Parts: sequence; C-alpha cells; structure tokens
Amino acid sequence: MAAITMRLPVARKAVVLSAPRGGEKHLVAPGDTITTDTGYMRGHGTYVEEEKLIASVAGAVERVNKLVCVKALKTRYNGEVGDIVVGRITEVQQKRWKVETNSRLDSVLLLSSINLPGGELRRRSAEDELAMRDYLQEGDLISAEVQSVFSDGAVSLHTRSLKYGKLGQGVLVQVSPSLVKRQKTHFHDLPCGASVILGNNGFIWIYPTPEQKDEEAGGFTTNLEPVPLSDREVISRLRNCIVALVTQQLMLFDTSILYCYEASLPHQIKDILKPEVMEEIVLETRQRLLDLEG
Amino acid sequence: EDLRVDGRGCEDYRCAEVETDVVSNTSGSARVKLGHTDILVGVKAEMGTPKLEKPDEGYLEFFVDCSANATPEFEGRGGEELGTEIANTLYRVFSSESSVDLKSLCINPREHCWVLYVDVLLLECGGNLLDAISIAVKAALFNTRIPKVRVLEDEEGSKEIELSDDPYDCIRLNVDDVPCIVTLSKIGYRHVVDATLQEEACSLASLLISVTSKGALTSMKKVGKGSLDPESIFEMMETGKRVGKSLHIALQKILDEEESLGTSRQKVGFLG
Repeated sequence: MAAITMRLPVARKAVVLSAPRGGEKHLVAPGDTITTDTGYMRGHGTYVEEEKLIASVAGAVERVNKLVCVKALKTRYNGEVGDIVVGRITEVQQKRWKVETNSRLDSVLLLSSINLPGGELRRRSAEDELAMRDYLQEGDLISAEVQSVFSDGAVSLHTRSLKYGKLGQGVLVQVSPSLVKRQKTHFHDLPCGASVILGNNGFIWIYPTPEQKDEEAGGFTTNLEPVPLSDREVISRLRNCIVALVTQQLMLFDTSILYCYEASLPHQIKDILKPEVMEEIVLETRQRLLDLEG
Repeated sequence: EDLRVDGRGCEDYRCAEVETDVVSNTSGSARVKLGHTDILVGVKAEMGTPKLEKPDEGYLEFFVDCSANATPEFEGRGGEELGTEIANTLYRVFSSESSVDLKSLCINPREHCWVLYVDVLLLECGGNLLDAISIAVKAALFNTRIPKVRVLEDEEGSKEIELSDDPYDCIRLNVDDVPCIVTLSKIGYRHVVDATLQEEACSLASLLISVTSKGALTSMKKVGKGSLDPESIFEMMETGKRVGKSLHIALQKILDEEESLGTSRQKVGFLG
C-alpha cells in the first residue's frame, strides 16, 4: 500500500547549541573582523586589510599561540597526510587513476601505490599499465589513505594495505567533511550488524560486515551476492540516522552513530527522515553523548 | 522485498510539504518540497482572445524555468532543454478536455477569455521533478482566484468589460479532475515511485502517467534509453493508478486543511 504524507510547512526551529567545552566558539562570517591586534599571524581563511584581520570564510576562529585561522563549516575536502578517504574513480590515465574525493581537484592514485592482486611485490611493467582497467574502472568506489599532498592542493592516495581497496556492495552517504570527527580509526564494525567507513572527505560508506576476514586477493574482488534483507534494513536505518545527524549538525563518529541507531529503533526506517522524528532522535543522542562526557 | 536505500517501500513517497499563496502578485501560487526537490508555481490570469478552433473556451499556457540554483548543469542556457521538455509534457497532460473546465474561463465568445499563464520555477532538483511539478500546478490552480468580470453592452453594440470592485469577489477553479503525474522508474526487475537522484541514475527507463483523482489515465509517456516489457508496462500502469489516487486524496486533504485555516494560517514562505 502506498504511504503518502503531505504536510503544511512549519517554520524551522533554530538548532540548539549545547554549551561547548573550552569556552564559547567565536563564529564569523566572511568580512567580519576577527581582531585589530597586529601581533597575530594570519592563517587559512583570513586576510589582512587596513591593519585588521578579516575572515574570508564562514566558520569558527581557531587560535594556536600567534596563529589565527578560520575553520570553515562547509568546505570542500582539504587533504592531510594520513587521512582515510572514500573516493570514486573518474578517469583511468596512463600510470594512474583520477579519484573524485569532494575536494577542489581530483585526487590521484598512482599505479605504483596499489597492491597487485596476489600480493606480489615487483616493479610495475607495461602489462600492468594495460591491465589497469581490470583492477579499477570508472565508477568504482575505493577506500584509500592520503600519502602526500601536492603543492596545488591535489592529494595523492595509496591503498598499500589489505584494509583498503575496491569497495563492494553498500550505501554511500555524502556529507560535509567538517562533520566527520578525526579519530584513531575510521573503520568501524558496529554491533548492530553493519560496518561503516567514515571517510575524512565526507564520504561515508556503510556495508554489511563480511563473515571471513581474510582477503588474499588484495582487496580487488567484490562480493556480488545478494545481501539478506535483515542486513539491508540495518544499513538503511544507519543511512537515515547519519542523514538525521547531519541535518542537525552533529559530529559523526562511531559512538554518535551507534547512539542515534539505538534511539531510532522504536521508529520505522522511513519515518526517521520526518522532521519531528529526526529532532527527537538527535536530541536523545545529544543527551546520551553529554552524559557520556561527564 | 520492498525496501529501498532510505527505508521506503517501492510505492512510498518522500515527505512532501505544500504551501499555497506564497507569491503575492500572482492570481495563485504554490510551493512544493518533495525531499530535496523544490518547485514554485505561479498562475497569472490575463485577458486574451480565444483560440480560433475553440472560440468559447479559455486556455492554459505553461512555461518552465530551470533556475541556475537548482543544479550546476542549469547554468546559462543548460536548463532550457529540460524546461521545454517539461513544458511539453505538461501541455500533453492537460490536453484532455475534462482536466480543467475551460468553458468557465470564457468571457465573450470569440472575443475575450481568460488565459492562465502557469509559470513553473525549479528551485532545487532532488529527483522526481514531474510529480512535484504536477502537485504544485494542481495546488496553484486550486489557489487561483480569477476576478469576476461583467460584460456591459453599449447602445452602439460595443462591449465593455467591468471588473468588480470587491477584491474578494472572484471565481475559483474546479480542480477535481486536474491530473497528477506519477513517474514509475524501472530499477532492475522492479519499479519504484518517487525516485531520488541516485535511484534515477540507476534506472534506465521510466513511465510517466498522469492520473486523475478518480483513477482515470489521461496521458502516458515513456522516457529513458532502456526498454520496457509490455507486461511490466501493465503492472506499472496499475501501480500508477493506485498511487495516483492516494496522491490526490492526500493532496486534497492538505489543501482543504490549509483553506480551513484561512487568515489565521502562519505563512512560512521562503525564510522559514
């Protein structure tokens, strides 16, 4: 039976900011003066005009000793060495792949930065170049780590570990990179029955937890068997929870996603996207996170 | 198994928000938000001459503008092609005699009639444009208030048109038979209603049917590069009729609810 709900629009309520630890956050908009003190060095997101330090992006001011920078709330992904990213192959070029990672320039995955199937260690030959398309094609999703950042800001990736590589069946959620909390590990196996990869570039990959952990193929074969309905329900619920957290501007990390999942269990999966249910769930999650902190 | 990525079933719509009377200088307007799809429709009633082949009827003119804010592809003239395609679909859907009572739009046969210019503005593209557009057009037509005019005959036989002084003295359109479009996209072996952008990217063929509130089909169109099996077309038609009827019921309910709130309704508009 079709379920069609229509409603009259309701004025949006302002998102309630919980008191942040470490004092009030200094939020600025482009053009706002941060300080007139000339003793500070200008960092990212600021510029100097008439001896005043002015913000060029909308975000929160961060100060480290004498360096003042503005961290924008909604930006493209800026690569840092060691970040985990989830990206989509856009081009197959001569000795590298171009990967789209929600940044200003396409990221680069060099042929020498991937693991060959079978785990061989040898120099890449001309045959490897010709067989590149057999490994990764346009449209494939991969998880990789940032190896280095070029001078123009483009990011060079590598998949030199068994935990990185081509991604199989799952759901991708695209969020703003500033909402993904930096943590020790970004690969989480949630107890509810699915696994999630929180890419620093804002691409979040939810997939069913694989049964066996050994992958001799070096991360390039994908399992295309149909996913059971129970796993799919868990994955859909997680996806809706992440969308709810993002709408209410909550940081994404494994605990917040898990608490949000548990708070959403009494509701049907498709109801989580309704505004009032979303607010209720996220409020409960926020409460639990505050209790956790102390 | 009837489970999509966002938890909906194959025949479920996303949560829709409908608001009418958002643009003050039109005869009727409506704004519909279906998930991430945002459509604004304005109806302006102007006087014109009837068409030669239909001298005692008024008519509707559709114009679709794809705003550059919707997606980057609409920058410059990128949205014109899509706009003309949607406008042609709307003409086809409303080409049936019974959708809108055009005879009520006539003032003087062969001389004067009301022309309803329906302008559709795409504010945001989030998949399933035509369904949202048809819902918005129906809501806007429901909201349209056409001023009452009287025709005065002079002694010499020349006719004068007099507008009534009371601004609230107007005629409303009967939108009971206005059809709504239901887009059924084929993904794999099943078909889904109200596809999101990702689902639209996965579907190779879709069937657009326009259904009235009584379940009658007024037009049908197949879009997409893929092919459709004749049996699946029958199945999709049946699904479309069923979904279309519930869509009309839900829409009428919300329009009546909004109407009953009257002047006490808090207008949300665009800054809400």
